Amino acid sequence: MLRYAIKRIGSLAISLIVASLVIFACIEVIPGDPASFMLGINAQPDTVAALREELGLNASLGARYLSWVTGMLSGDFGTSYTYRSPVAEIIGDRLWISLPLALIALGLTVLIAFPVGILAATKRGSWADMSVMGATQLGIAIPNFWFAMLMVLLFAINLRWFSAGGFPGWEHPLAALKALTLPAIALALPQASILARVMRSALLDTLSEDYIRTCRAKGLTQRQALWRHALRNAMIPVLTIIGLQFSFLLAGAIIIENVFYLPGLGRLVFQAISQRDLIMVESVVFLLVFAVIMVNFAVDLAYAWVDPRLRGRS
Amino acid sequence: MRNLTFGLILTTIFAIGALVSFVWTPYDVTVLEIANKLKSPTADHWFGTDHFGRDIFSMIMVGARTSIAVAIVAVVIGMGLGVPLGLAAAARKGSLLDEVIMRGNDLIFAFPSLLIAILITAIFGPSAVNAIIAIGIFNIPVFARLTRGAALSLWTRDYVLAARVAGKGATRISVEHILPNVANLLIVQGTIQFSLGILAEAALSYVGLGAQPPTPSWGRMLADAQTLIALAPHVALFPGFAILLTVLGLNLAGDGLRDVLDPKLRVLR
Repeated sequence: MLRYAIKRIGSLAISLIVASLVIFACIEVIPGDPASFMLGINAQPDTVAALREELGLNASLGARYLSWVTGMLSGDFGTSYTYRSPVAEIIGDRLWISLPLALIALGLTVLIAFPVGILAATKRGSWADMSVMGATQLGIAIPNFWFAMLMVLLFAINLRWFSAGGFPGWEHPLAALKALTLPAIALALPQASILARVMRSALLDTLSEDYIRTCRAKGLTQRQALWRHALRNAMIPVLTIIGLQFSFLLAGAIIIENVFYLPGLGRLVFQAISQRDLIMVESVVFLLVFAVIMVNFAVDLAYAWVDPRLRGRS
Repeated sequence: MRNLTFGLILTTIFAIGALVSFVWTPYDVTVLEIANKLKSPTADHWFGTDHFGRDIFSMIMVGARTSIAVAIVAVVIGMGLGVPLGLAAAARKGSLLDEVIMRGNDLIFAFPSLLIAILITAIFGPSAVNAIIAIGIFNIPVFARLTRGAALSLWTRDYVLAARVAGKGATRISVEHILPNVANLLIVQGTIQFSLGILAEAALSYVGLGAQPPTPSWGRMLADAQTLIALAPHVALFPGFAILLTVLGLNLAGDGLRDVLDPKLRVLR
């Protein structure tokens, strides 16, 4: 296990380094000078030159990459060109909306998918199974931002149970949770549909295994065989999908934040693109890619821990 | 079989709508008639009109072009690059080439298509072409992994051994023996990526990173509808249904194709 973990940490480090190089290279080839953009078209050349110096834009490429990476390692992401305040601070503030949103959506995904998937697998071929399969087909096909708009129409505009958008801040925890409810449901529904189908087919696979037949022959009821043996073995593919889904939820949150006017990372990055705040764009994108890589790494380790046969393969 | 038929019917309806829109639409989508704005569905305007008085039915027909074209080209990019990479990795399993290709795939997987689109848009500005590139890049590792996985098991088959004994090289074996045998899998995955491409294009256009006005696109129509939803819900309903039904059709067709092409799976369903 230790050897496997060390090998995975090695490839994790390489992935992170290459990802940071890719992001840095992408941002570097962008046409247009941030200093001129910030100062407007009437700026004097010497003012632009002074600002370039202040922003560190005159240093060599390698030096800028190194200072960006070492800065990030010590929690210093640099200073935003447009906000004129530390990027880490701004991202930290926005993360307090995007991260809870993705986590609540992940919780909802699991809460919906597990019972629904188990029900469909145990009642295979019944009307309950058919309805679940039909509903999940719809859930996978529905664009989540459109579903979000429909929920706004029904629950905010017609029924007035929720607000149509905005975020009151965590000083009002209940109101904040309420503001994140509709966005989290919109994010969770398609992912829950996918997970329910994975759960169903993984359970059907394990339920047809010989050891389940042995359990039944030894006198266990269908329910006991399911809860004690089948479910645990079906969890391996399900865990992998949950890991992948977290990255989709984080990225998806960027879109959903737009529907609900939530001031999270998504709105931050779109504003940063239009304002040419490159350091902000590269920091947010790197943070999200970092999260995806770390989650996949954690899933791989959990996978090898649960199933020792997998440690031999990488 | 029912899935396949229903899925193909749905998909064909939208494909025909997109094709017909090149020669005919009920109304010209480039003409603005502000006096006619936000009309509810009537016999004249089946799906009503938008905030510029444009016919929503005609816009959905034209928007289908953008969605379908973006998704198809993205699948072609994914297949065109991913399949050869997957075949090469499988043919040289365990080699440096295999390792480089697979780690490269892992890296691209870490960038959800939305993040690739954000990076590309930050560099080149938003456009439908950049949306295609973003979704296409994301499709590459999907096809590369699938091809490699399927090809690896084929390389152990007797007929591949026979081909090697006959003196065929790795490239010829990959093209003549491996590729035809993974084609079924690729077709099924192609329909799935096609439907995901339509969803991704809609999402990118919705946040302004995809097709730009005046090119009609379903995602853009929904973005415009967002502020009007209380006033005229139909403006948001029809483009959303168009996306939902196209994606549903493609998913059902993909499921149906898998059943037809791989009968073993039918037992499980």
